[in-house]
Amino acid sequence: MATKASKAAARLMISPAVLLLLGWMIAPLALTLYFSFLRYNLIMPGDNLFVGWENYYWFLTDPSFKAAMINTLVLVGGVLCVTVLGGIGFALLLEKPMFGQGIIRIMVIAPFFVMPTVSALIWKNMFMNPVNGIFGQIASGLGFAPIDFFGQFPLLSIIFIVSWQWLPFATLILLTALQSLDQEQLEAAEMDGASWLNRFRFIMLPHLARAITVVILIQTIFLLSTFAEILVTTNGGPGTATTNLTYLVYVSSLLQFDVGMGSAGGVIAIILANIVAIFLMRMIGKNLDA
Amino acid sequence: MGRIQLKQVKKSFGECTVIPPLDLAIEDGEFTVFVGPSGCGKSTLLRLIAGLEDTTSGMIEIDGTNATLLPPAKRGLAMVFQSYALYPHMSVRKNIAFPMKMAGVNEAEQTKRIYAAAKALNLTDYLDRKPGQLSGGQRQRVAIGRAIVREPTAFLFDEPLSNLDAALRVGMRLEISELHKRLKTTMIYVTHDQVEAMTMADKIVVLQAGGIEQVGSPLELYKTPRNRFVAGFIGSPKMNFIEGAEAAQHNAFAIGIRPEHIDVSITHGQWQATVGVAEHLGSDTFLHVHGVPGCDPMTVRGGGDIAVNHGDTVWLTPDPQHIHKFDAEGLRIK
Amino acid sequence: MARSVSTRSKVLNTAVAGTLGFLMVFPILWILILSLKTEEDAIRAPLEVLFNSGWTFDSYGAVQARSDYFKHFFNSVIISVGSTFLGLMIAIPAAWAMAFVPGKRTKDVLMWMLSTKMLPPVGVLVPIYLIFRDTGLLDSRLGLTLVLMLINMPIIIWMLYTYFREIPGEILEAARMDGASLRSEILYVLTPMAVPGIASTVLLNIILAWNEAFWTLNLTAAKAAPLTAFIASYSSPEGLFYAKLSAASIMAIAPILILGWFSQKQLVRGLTFGAVK
Repeated sequence: MATKASKAAARLMISPAVLLLLGWMIAPLALTLYFSFLRYNLIMPGDNLFVGWENYYWFLTDPSFKAAMINTLVLVGGVLCVTVLGGIGFALLLEKPMFGQGIIRIMVIAPFFVMPTVSALIWKNMFMNPVNGIFGQIASGLGFAPIDFFGQFPLLSIIFIVSWQWLPFATLILLTALQSLDQEQLEAAEMDGASWLNRFRFIMLPHLARAITVVILIQTIFLLSTFAEILVTTNGGPGTATTNLTYLVYVSSLLQFDVGMGSAGGVIAIILANIVAIFLMRMIGKNLDA
Repeated sequence: MGRIQLKQVKKSFGECTVIPPLDLAIEDGEFTVFVGPSGCGKSTLLRLIAGLEDTTSGMIEIDGTNATLLPPAKRGLAMVFQSYALYPHMSVRKNIAFPMKMAGVNEAEQTKRIYAAAKALNLTDYLDRKPGQLSGGQRQRVAIGRAIVREPTAFLFDEPLSNLDAALRVGMRLEISELHKRLKTTMIYVTHDQVEAMTMADKIVVLQAGGIEQVGSPLELYKTPRNRFVAGFIGSPKMNFIEGAEAAQHNAFAIGIRPEHIDVSITHGQWQATVGVAEHLGSDTFLHVHGVPGCDPMTVRGGGDIAVNHGDTVWLTPDPQHIHKFDAEGLRIK
Repeated sequence: MARSVSTRSKVLNTAVAGTLGFLMVFPILWILILSLKTEEDAIRAPLEVLFNSGWTFDSYGAVQARSDYFKHFFNSVIISVGSTFLGLMIAIPAAWAMAFVPGKRTKDVLMWMLSTKMLPPVGVLVPIYLIFRDTGLLDSRLGLTLVLMLINMPIIIWMLYTYFREIPGEILEAARMDGASLRSEILYVLTPMAVPGIASTVLLNIILAWNEAFWTLNLTAAKAAPLTAFIASYSSPEGLFYAKLSAASIMAIAPILILGWFSQKQLVRGLTFGAVK
């Protein structure tokens, strides 16, 4: 179905979406790029001098940049490990026959629908607070010294919270993928004498490979921008212990009002995200026709 | 009125020419069947007439007016699709009413035409059902009903029976033929099944690789196929072709004999052959025999009571009146 | 073929999965319990909270009185529902074009749309913030609606595209043969047929918009703040009022928790752009 008339109609129908997204992408991007070369501070109104690579220089040589990079990687990597491994486990478990499967599935998935600010607050206050939190109370009750989670293990605590939010997502996708596995394949393997472990390794895992890549890449996109959990719990601290790249840019531009520096950070964040994005696009592109 | 004329119509997708320039005239009231193997361009040709595809060049005239650039809705044609293409969210009644609603026909007239169509197609009891609750045959009737109520200048059918099982197909074939006799509207029918073509058509257009191989009435095509392609395509089981010395005796590159034009005997005849498979159908027996020079296996149609089986020897004699002769290019020698 | 499984292994599976599921959902259950306690009871030891204290709805009233929950709730509703439907109006025609009139570059356009989703928000925070400040869109529901519509548009288009592709093109062609204009074709044939797909797209996007916490936190102050920002205002020092914090949290997540359970299946498809079905 492709007449000239319908092709013309199609172009007309698609153009609002394309123009809007183009505007949304190009305009701010160009401005970010432009600002990143200016000395531009909102509380020090001046001439907004063109300073070349100065902002990039200061941003990249700032010790907090290095810390932020490492924190970003640890955060993303840590959450991915927990959610992918945990997700495979949950998916295998939930796929087994059991009573009340629907209800149990809903319980496992629930955290995904909790908004980031809420989940951060719940964990910070009701669970990880050394005095009144449940963990602290249990520790005291058993005669141990309660742990100050955000003081002693700030990044680990955030990884924990974010993992709680994303584990359901990984589970849901891996479970869906697992359910699409042809049962006859598994039965054939069983007839061929494969043990459960071998069936998992040679049949289920290859079948899940695509879903696992999808989980990793999509989560990476979202995890690189983790923000609310940090803002609500630690404000990036203590020191820069939980400052990731997103939070660092937020601090420079909206807390220190240094638009130039913030923009330079933004450009760097974009470059990093694009490296990840290229992998994702390749993969999704391959699956487009499937 | 419903006279459709194609003048030098050509269709290419990019570099690839699907239909080389082609001329064809379909007369008013005629039942025309486009037949050919899959991928021969017959559906594309139908879609060009419908306006669902653009012609690359050439002109399509409907009742004398140039319709080449008209959108499908403006051509006054109705189409029945292979998948029926019923609107799943609408009841049968609403499905049938849809084209009239689009044309702005008033409610009273709509109701009248819906009931007339439903009555003609035995759908009266199903008007309030959704397509999902109907059998394949009923869906097909709804699709036809939706086409009828528009009172189109011509009906286009795109392999409408290919999704039905064999028994239903025969029934629907008759219904469509009867519908044509009653309405006397031009119909263009696309199929890959030569039996449908032979049984329904006033005029058959045999297509291959986008080109027209032959146009004619069913019997014309059967009796005087223009070339080996048409000869092999029309008729079931297929015509046998013999090349080599046997053909040379007839001053031809190849000769063709239909299975029904070969006499079978267990005692004497022109060719001796061994039976490979014998299909006993009761009314007929189809023998697939080996050993005839220049044609292996040869298919022969004999009477229902021939008692031969695998491995038996038979003698075959072709009916000299029904030998088709072809030259090296595959064209018929008169 | 489903095999018969012994009741014993079924019970065992249920026990293990049930325990883990309970641990996952426990934080939510816990704040539900705390929200029904007085502040004094809420900070007692867990067992005391469970078995040795009364129940009360006071905290819910207190939250509404303190920071006008309903104002933020309506902000959230307007922003998430508004951005989704605005997005839908632009996305349906676009998805129609890509699904039913695919061209050589359709795939590239889809890819490019997806790529805008990967633009890290922080990369464009500064200019958007400044543009919003200068145009008066800062802390306005309209501004936030527009931003959320734009960031979720690629997902809406992709989801609709994958659903539309499952609708046979012949049906739309039939509509065209039946004399339908493009508008009628989309309005009377395509949209009703795609209702399940459109519904799940709407659900997922409302959820995403409801929970979006980068732009909502950075572009709003008091006036247009949705529930994400409303909750963030509890981070300290009021955070120590457990019962009120719990009540506020429950009120913020309950609507979406319910919507989310309805749409878990579609969630997979939407969030993976159809790569996992």
